[in-house]
Amino acid sequence: MIFATVGTQGKFDRLIRTVDEWAGANGRADIFAQTGPSDYQSQHIRAERFVDPTEFRKHVQAASLVISHAGMGSIITALELGKRIIVMPRRASLGEHRNDHQLATAKRFAEQGRIAVAFSEQELVKKLDQLQVFDNTARFSPQTSPHLISTIRTFIETGHVRFENGDASC
Amino acid sequence: MLRDPVVHRKTLSNSSTPRSPGVRRKLLAVSSGGGHWVQLLRIKRAFEDCEVIFVTVHESYRAQVSEHKFYVVNDANRWTKLALLKSAWRLAWIIWNEKPDIVLSTGAAPGYLALRFGRIIGARTIWLDSIANVEQLSMSGDRIGHCADLWLTQWPHLARPDGPHYIGSVL
Repeated sequence: MIFATVGTQGKFDRLIRTVDEWAGANGRADIFAQTGPSDYQSQHIRAERFVDPTEFRKHVQAASLVISHAGMGSIITALELGKRIIVMPRRASLGEHRNDHQLATAKRFAEQGRIAVAFSEQELVKKLDQLQVFDNTARFSPQTSPHLISTIRTFIETGHVRFENGDASC
Repeated sequence: MLRDPVVHRKTLSNSSTPRSPGVRRKLLAVSSGGGHWVQLLRIKRAFEDCEVIFVTVHESYRAQVSEHKFYVVNDANRWTKLALLKSAWRLAWIIWNEKPDIVLSTGAAPGYLALRFGRIIGARTIWLDSIANVEQLSMSGDRIGHCADLWLTQWPHLARPDGPHYIGSVL
């Protein structure tokens, strides 16, 4: 199963349409999409505007591949559950977001090799063609940095933490 | 935007009061939706010893933290002034009633407001800037960071000597 999601902030039909057409061209009937407040009528994929967080996790869990906008909620959940993910960033110039921070996020995560990024519809189709043949083996799922956890905990308990380049206290 | 609290926090501070054993600190954990919420849950372990109260923007998130007290505020960003005002009013009410010892946020606008109000009542404040902010700090983060007691970024290249500090990320 493939799960496509655009988050809760606004529609992102460029992504949904591309996935829908690709599903038609490849005869994939196992794609479910969360489309946000969109009126796009999909032909080949099942779609719902919103799913609640518990359902969202179930869809990611059931998927072998997640296709998403470059929102951290989707990226983190996919990585957390060890899923392969392709993101396509929203673009401000196309009215898909207020600014281009998704572009920056996507670039940085792509550099780290943790996610696949498609910067255009054509790239998304190409990545989908490549990735659909991959197997469904569990992948590395990252933990929150233990140092981050322990520092916040120490600060909660004592009100002080030491940094190499200066201290924080209250 | 809100101005700095008039009352200096040191005069009100309850964060340095020694606690009798067995009394748990009260921590208000605030975030808006989507990635901000997911990141808040990723650091939940850091405050498992506290009495945690969650404040976020979607009722549907309640089930994920069902063992904790949970409030919903309306979503707001700096583009919608009226929503921001409603959010501010509700957060002020929550903070006044709960009187948390610590206010922590992963962003965005509701967290900014919560930290502001938290300071007024003398709470210790923590801001963890979202991992989505890779080129520069978030707008709220840049504004609130300077007056948060602990100010963290999740990207080493954004860290500065006076904060934000980098000590790791949620991934």
